[in-house]
Amino acid sequence: MAADASTAPIMPSAPNSGRASSLQRLARRRSTIAVLMTIPLLVVLIGLVAYPAGYGIYLSTLNRRMTGFMEGEWLPNGLGNFEILFESETFWAVAWQSCIFAISAVILKALVGFWLAHMLHHIPAKGQRKWRGMLLVPWVIPPALSTLGWWWMFDPAYSSINWLFQVVGIPQVPWLGEKWWARLSIIIVNVWYGAPFFMIMYLAALKSVPEQLYEAAAIDGATSWQRLRYVTLPMMANIISITVLFSLIVTFANYDIVRVLTNGGPRDLTHVFASYAFQVGILSGNIPRGAAVSLFMFPILAICAFFVLRGVTRRNKEQM
Amino acid sequence: MAQVSLRKIVKAYEGGVQAVKGIDLDIDDHEFVVLVGPSGCGKSTTLRMIAGLEEITSGDISIGGTVVNDIPPRDRDIAMVFQNYALYPHMSVYDNMAFGLMLRKFPKAEIDRRVKEAARILDITPLLDRKPKALSGGQRQRVAMGRAIVRDPKVFLFDEPLSNLDAKLRVQMRTEIKKVHQTVNTTTVYVTHDQVEAMTLADRVVVMNHGIIEQVGPPQELYHNPATKFVAGFIGSPSMNFIPAKVEQASGALRLHLPQGIVLDVPAARTARYQAHAGKDVLFGIRPEHLTDDKPTDKSNTAPITLKPDVIEPMGMETLVHFKLDGTEVSARLDPATPAAVGAPLSLIAHMDQMHLIDPTSDKVL
Repeated sequence: MAADASTAPIMPSAPNSGRASSLQRLARRRSTIAVLMTIPLLVVLIGLVAYPAGYGIYLSTLNRRMTGFMEGEWLPNGLGNFEILFESETFWAVAWQSCIFAISAVILKALVGFWLAHMLHHIPAKGQRKWRGMLLVPWVIPPALSTLGWWWMFDPAYSSINWLFQVVGIPQVPWLGEKWWARLSIIIVNVWYGAPFFMIMYLAALKSVPEQLYEAAAIDGATSWQRLRYVTLPMMANIISITVLFSLIVTFANYDIVRVLTNGGPRDLTHVFASYAFQVGILSGNIPRGAAVSLFMFPILAICAFFVLRGVTRRNKEQM
Repeated sequence: MAQVSLRKIVKAYEGGVQAVKGIDLDIDDHEFVVLVGPSGCGKSTTLRMIAGLEEITSGDISIGGTVVNDIPPRDRDIAMVFQNYALYPHMSVYDNMAFGLMLRKFPKAEIDRRVKEAARILDITPLLDRKPKALSGGQRQRVAMGRAIVRDPKVFLFDEPLSNLDAKLRVQMRTEIKKVHQTVNTTTVYVTHDQVEAMTLADRVVVMNHGIIEQVGPPQELYHNPATKFVAGFIGSPSMNFIPAKVEQASGALRLHLPQGIVLDVPAARTARYQAHAGKDVLFGIRPEHLTDDKPTDKSNTAPITLKPDVIEPMGMETLVHFKLDGTEVSARLDPATPAAVGAPLSLIAHMDQMHLIDPTSDKVL
């Protein structure tokens, strides 16, 4: 512990100040200072993450009136809510819909974002700022507001999209009334809202690939497609996987778009975990079961995060 | 293997700045040509135009008799070694070297044979499985060369390949490059700002300045017969001394009048050459190694000169002594045994058969 005590010279102590000086010494230790300085962050993390998570787990074990543990028939007492969910068709539909929504939306966002980033990267620097600013707009508008705008565009009575379709002779589409169209609408809005985030991350990653690697590849005989495949993508792999993980977490937990656009309808077929948890817990008043629904997001995301971050660490070790 | 020829090559950027101003150059098959010059002289731009990484504003570049102006880099059959190596960080050394062959759809066995052969030549066989991150600067440089060698291209292009290495490694790698060229014997164009690299490596040196070629020739030719003041000053280290002088006629012979009343006799063999400049102001150019101690066995073609040292730099095998001659810096390379002291007059001799006279208006060597 010599290093810990090395920050300040130790004063010769007066006979009756032994206690004070040892306190002073404790306060001067680097480890003490480090703990003190992390306390605000720890408080925030405990208050906003650990406590709600723990409380959520506790809630999920209670019965509807929250007077005791939820009894289970084949699972131990306290896990009764999960038992009911496992047996519920709606719940499995929600789980299925959450996965379809999150995975397809993230893939589409990544593709659109990558395409936009590539386009931007090849615009001369002068015009680039203007386009970058404009393309970021969807991401900056609060999604509840922009989703309302989309809702109008999808609304069967005033749908501007359907009006356009009519003008060019395409049959009208029941955007929010039919389950696959409603699911697609939610994905479209989510992609529109989230793609700029991918764009800006990928643009930064593209700019960090040294130009000479492309030149070396061009001389080595690579076509532009091969340069993308063998230089750009491997060089961006870390950013791509971290962005995808981050977006997967946010998209999986998405609430506002579903809530505003379809409110889970038609027939609960567009619910995702968050909107279904809200419906069960708040609207139907069964808070413990709502908590149990929302807890299902955690293991799925934890597994994704584990694999993505493991890949990132491995690549970092090899390349950086 | 191929010849490379440049015809009236111009590179102009937006706003009219010309980096290369219409150069002509012919490089023979198997030849090692070094483009040398200060930063911004257009040497790298020229190399990049040969590679196809820069567009040519006007003129023609041909490789092996084919004009390649509109042919993309991948179809020019060239290989390039970059200053910062440009190795693919996510590929192993083996894959870095095999990449170009893989893209050209060579059979696996052939790729393997070529990579291992190049690794043997460059002594990097134990490194084949490593990633570039795990290599030292010198090893990365070898891999970059290996990537060029395996392709067996028509032309090797080197863009300041040793600039990122420390001084000791640079000397070592310079020898390696020369050895590799002697082994594979591919036509090579090499760009550097270091005249020592140029002199040691080149079959022919191309000295560039401000986008034009000042002189092309074998290293010794450039050293002994520079065409311009720029070449005279650029080639050789420390660089040539330029002292203002006046040529005077004196009973059938010529004499040079230098500042501080110093008078030097022009060798008889040069009289005819400089006769037309009698009475005119010129620059007297002499290399530091041709201003030596006053003790040669053969004193023909020498002229005595006495100067007071300003700064003395002992280098071990020689001592550099700097003088001031009416504001002009003059340096001499002396035997370390010479008893030189700052401020004390020192008798030297100028080897006048190695002198140059330069026209101060045109900067041409007379």
